[in-house]
Amino acid sequence: MLRFIAIRLAQAIPVLFVVATLTFFMLKLAPGGPFSAEKSTTPEIQKQLEAHYGLNKPLFSQYLTYLGNVVKGDLGPSFKYPNRTVNELIGQAFPVSAELGFWSLLVALSLGLSAGIVASLRPNTLTDYIPSGLAMVGICLPIFVLGPLLVLVFALKLEWVRVSGWDDWIDRILPALTLGGFYAAYIARLTRGGMLEILSQDFIRTARAKGASPARVVLRHSLRGGLIPVVSYLGPTVAGLLTGSFVVETIFQIPGLGRYFVTAAFNRDYTMVVGTVLFYAGFIIVFNLLVDLVLVRMNPKLSYE
Amino acid sequence: MSALLRVENLRTYFHTRSGIVRAVDDISFSVGEGETLGIVGESGSGKSVACYSLLRLIPQPPGRIESGEARFGDCDLLHCREEKLRAIRGNRISMIFQDPMSSLNPYLRIGEQVIEPLLIHKLASPNDAFDLGVAALREVGIQDAAKRMRSFPHEFSGGMRQRVMIAMALITKPELLLADEPTTALDVTVQAQILELIRRLQQEHGTAVIFVTHDIGVVSGFCDRVLVMYAGRVLESGPTAELFYEPKHPYNQALQRSIPALHERGAELHTIPGAPPDVTQPIRGCPFAPRCEFAEEKCITSEIALKEVTTGHATACLRVQLGEIDLTPAAVAGE
Repeated sequence: MLRFIAIRLAQAIPVLFVVATLTFFMLKLAPGGPFSAEKSTTPEIQKQLEAHYGLNKPLFSQYLTYLGNVVKGDLGPSFKYPNRTVNELIGQAFPVSAELGFWSLLVALSLGLSAGIVASLRPNTLTDYIPSGLAMVGICLPIFVLGPLLVLVFALKLEWVRVSGWDDWIDRILPALTLGGFYAAYIARLTRGGMLEILSQDFIRTARAKGASPARVVLRHSLRGGLIPVVSYLGPTVAGLLTGSFVVETIFQIPGLGRYFVTAAFNRDYTMVVGTVLFYAGFIIVFNLLVDLVLVRMNPKLSYE
Repeated sequence: MSALLRVENLRTYFHTRSGIVRAVDDISFSVGEGETLGIVGESGSGKSVACYSLLRLIPQPPGRIESGEARFGDCDLLHCREEKLRAIRGNRISMIFQDPMSSLNPYLRIGEQVIEPLLIHKLASPNDAFDLGVAALREVGIQDAAKRMRSFPHEFSGGMRQRVMIAMALITKPELLLADEPTTALDVTVQAQILELIRRLQQEHGTAVIFVTHDIGVVSGFCDRVLVMYAGRVLESGPTAELFYEPKHPYNQALQRSIPALHERGAELHTIPGAPPDVTQPIRGCPFAPRCEFAEEKCITSEIALKEVTTGHATACLRVQLGEIDLTPAAVAGE
C-alpha cells in the first residue's frame, strides 16, 4: 500500500507540472495584463510596475523563474494585492472555503445518503418518488437560483438568518444548504442507483434466507457495495467543496478562495490564478488518492495495482 | 413418518404487466423428518417458486402468495409474522441456491458469511462462532479452513463456493434444507461431489431436504419421494423407485423417455412435442393434455385433481385414475 501511495504521489509531479505550464501560458495568451485596467497610471509607471514584477523579461525566462519559485513552495507575489504573496492570500482564504466546504459536505452526505437509501428500499412507490423527485429538482436548480431563493425565504421573509456575511455560526446555514443541497441531490441519485443495483443481487436473497433483518440486509450486506459509486464521486467533489465555490461565495459575500480565484482571473493576476489552480489540482490529486485507498478497502476484488 | 412440513393448496402468482403468471397453482405436499423430497420439472414449471414461497423469498411485488398453508411445527410459514419467519429462516430451515457465484456476498469475507446465521440467531458468541465456522468449512472439505475464513468469495472456485453455501446453510443444524438446483451451475464432476456431500451431511445431521432440480437423473439416486411439477401443478408424486418403474402420468413417462441413454448411442433422442402452456392464461383440465398422446376430450373439459392410485403414489392423470390406460416404464428408467 505504501508503494501504491508513493507511486501515485510521484505521478502527481508531472501532472502538476503540466497544469502549471498550461495555465501559465494560457493566461499570457489572454489579452491585457495585470495593470492595464489601472487608467490613472502613465505608461512610465506601467513600465516600472512591469519591471518590478519581472514582466518585461522574455516570456520563457518569466516561466522558468516562476517554476523555480513554485518548486521552492513560493507561489509568488500577487499582482493585484500589493505587498501580499499568493501563499498568504491562499492561507487566508482557504480556511474560510474549507469551513464552508465542510458544512456543505455534511449537508450533502447526510441528506443525500439518507434520501438515496430510503428511495432504494421501495422502488417506484411514494417513498421513492418523493426523495427522487426532490433530488431531480435539486440537480436541475442551479446554485445561483437556489441561493437567492433561500435568501428570499429565510432571510428576507422569515428573517431567521442574515442575508449574507461570515461572522456567526448562523451565517453558515444558508451557504451550506445552498452548496450542499446541490451535491446532496447528486449523491442521492448515485446512492439510489448503487443500492438498487446491489439490492437486486442474488446474495441479498441469501442474506434474507439466513434470517437477516431488513436493517442488517441494508447495513451489512448492501451499503458496502451500494456506496461505491458515491465514494468514487466524492474524490473530486470533496476537493471542489473544500477549495470553494465561486457562486456561493459571491451570493453570500464569503471571503473564500473561490472568489479570490475568479477575481484574479478577471484581473489577470497571473501568479494568483496559477497558484490557485495548482493548489486546487493538488487537492484533487490527494482526494482522488484517498478515494482510491477507500475503494480498495471497500471492494475486495480491487488490489493495489 | 411424521410430517415436518405440510404444504396445502399453495398458490403463488406473479402480477406482471403482461398478465397474471400462475407460477404455482394449487400444490400440496409434505416432507417427513429426515426425508428427501425431490421436486422435478422443466424451467418455468414453478418448482423454484414453490421452494422460495415457503420462506417468502419471492420478490413481492410482483409475486404474491395467493392462498395456501405451510405448516411447520406450530407455525404457518406463509402467514406468520415476519419476525417469526425470520427466526426460522437460516435457523430451522436453510436454503442453498442454484448459482454459487452470485449467491455469496462479494464484499464480505467467507468466514463472516458462514458464521452469520449463528450470530443472527444468537446460537453462539462471536468467538465460538469463528471456531464453529472453521469446523463447518472443514466438514464440507475445504482445506486450510482457518485461513480460508479470511478469503473473499472471488478467491474460490464455483464448487468451493457451493461447499461454502452448504456449510453456511447447515451450520445452524436446520431441520429442513431447501436446495434450489444446487448442482445446475457446476461441472459434472463437481456436481457429483456436491451431491455426495449433501447426502452425507444430511444423513449425519438427520436433516430433511427438499431438492429442486430439472435433472431427473439426479433425483433417482438421491430422493426418497418425488414430486413432478408441470405448469405450476403437481402431476404425479410418489416414492422414487415407483415413479421410475411404475409411472402413473404420461408426462412422467415422456420425461423418462427423454433421458439420453448410453446404450442407445446414435439413436435419435426422444423429445416431447409442443411447448409448456402459457401460464398467464387459466388452464382448463389437464395442463399436459395438448402434448399428451393419450389425451381425450374429457382431459380438457373435466376438473383435474391429484389422486392417490396406489399407496403413497398419486397422479393427476384422469385416464390413469379411471384405469383406462396403463403406462409402461421407459426402457431406460432403471439407469
